[in-house]
Amino acid sequence: MAVSENKITVKDLDFHYGEKQVLHALNLNIPPNKIFSVIGPANSGITTLLRAINRLSELSPDARARGDILLDGQSVYAPQVDVSELRRKVGMVFDVPAPLPMSIFDNIAYGPRLAKVRNKSVLAETVEGALRAAALWDEVKDRLRAPASSLSGGQQQRLCIARVLALKPEVILLDRPCSGLDPVSTAKIEDSLTELKERLTIVVSPHNIQQAGRVSDRVAFMLSGRLVEEGANAEIFSNPKDQRTSDYITGRFG
Amino acid sequence: MRKLKGDLPERLFFALALSSISALALITAFIFIKGAPLIAKVGLFDFIFGMDWAPGQGKYGVFPMIIGSVSVTAGAAVIGVPAGICCSVFLTEFAPVKMRNIFRPAIQLLAGIPSVVYGFWGLLFVVPAIRAYLGGPGLSILAGSVILAIMILPTVISISEVSLLALPRQYKEGALALGMTHWQAIRSVQLPAAKSGIVAAVILGIGRAVGETMAVIMVLGNSVAVPSSLLDPVRTLTTNIGIEMGYASEEHRQALFATGIVLFVIIMALNISAQYVVRRKTK
Repeated sequence: MAVSENKITVKDLDFHYGEKQVLHALNLNIPPNKIFSVIGPANSGITTLLRAINRLSELSPDARARGDILLDGQSVYAPQVDVSELRRKVGMVFDVPAPLPMSIFDNIAYGPRLAKVRNKSVLAETVEGALRAAALWDEVKDRLRAPASSLSGGQQQRLCIARVLALKPEVILLDRPCSGLDPVSTAKIEDSLTELKERLTIVVSPHNIQQAGRVSDRVAFMLSGRLVEEGANAEIFSNPKDQRTSDYITGRFG
Repeated sequence: MRKLKGDLPERLFFALALSSISALALITAFIFIKGAPLIAKVGLFDFIFGMDWAPGQGKYGVFPMIIGSVSVTAGAAVIGVPAGICCSVFLTEFAPVKMRNIFRPAIQLLAGIPSVVYGFWGLLFVVPAIRAYLGGPGLSILAGSVILAIMILPTVISISEVSLLALPRQYKEGALALGMTHWQAIRSVQLPAAKSGIVAAVILGIGRAVGETMAVIMVLGNSVAVPSSLLDPVRTLTTNIGIEMGYASEEHRQALFATGIVLFVIIMALNISAQYVVRRKTK
């Protein structure tokens, strides 16, 4: 069993929805405790890539993956993998925040409760910790019993991040997490991501190139389901090897 | 002034819309005008809680029929609601597309079967089966409940299904991304989130059951007595009108309209509560 230094390794991943191939022989190494951005224009297969990592892509009945994705050197597609456990280890935040139809507290306590955490004070601590880490605690600490739907969009998105953090994941995947948010909420989310990378690995599909530039340690540029290039933030933004990368980040297309 | 005039299509549509509303108003007014004098004469309390229905002797108490309607409807709900909700969950969450494409039109077809056919089928199959296996006359609350349960299925299933399908995709994905199993996601996210739609489905289904006449006339036995078991025959408010309207005259006829008033109030209450539930959801 090879122990990899990378948290996630994508190996020759082809991905089909029915007849349509959306990922082509993708290879990526995602190091631990970094913010790894995957950028590219719409329909580049970025969402598919993220959803392939926690196997959420399996919800589409005609989805087919070939190749492999390794988490700590172990295939996520291996038959003995418990999908629920995988998804707790690899949390996901979506582009549209969708809090569960329950209170703020229960939204975050839901995951731990599923994992059989019953002790009230442990739950309360977990909830507080998760809300603090998502930079939401100060805004909601006095109304934890209010329905989550009463929060603003930016707060709901941070709630969704907190909800994932409460599961104590090793990786979080964020699919355009700031797409509908105002600059203040966006800044708060970016700040908390920067803090969170101390303890976990973050894979994000930023909603624009500026955000990728601000937050990421490493950047991968994808186009039409293929990896164009991947490298350290500074490298990609100041000295891209591929003309298409340079065109994209300078806004010539996309 | 210009606004009032509008253009021709607009006025035409308005007239048509108005005519459907006025049909409701006319029917309501008619039932109340015809029935209210009798309730006034007998007394509201005696009419509703009176145990005897003997038009020949001037006795008009509809309590046994209220019990009849309530018990048959409750029976239908107990059988039909869980079955309907489970079916809608199956169709939205588990059924493969091909199966769904067969089930959905089949269920809609269920709504298209004339109620007299349900009644006939009940009389020929359900009633003898109850008589043979459970005893009693067969014509019973149970027989009516079974038939009505099937008849309310299309309502319960299609409205619950619509409210489940209307949920944002992100609810379910978010739940699964938290490591929930599919079933946990359905139970603790999908169903609670669709709750108001499902409640509305149940109320509308029950409203349909309360109002059904033809099918239950044929299987209930129609005797005017407060039942003591599920295997006893009963008469409902609807069947009371359906059976006696043909030969009733004067005061007796008024009493049947008055029965209609009671029915009308029950169904209105159910529909208004359904709308209230749905509206609360959209807030």
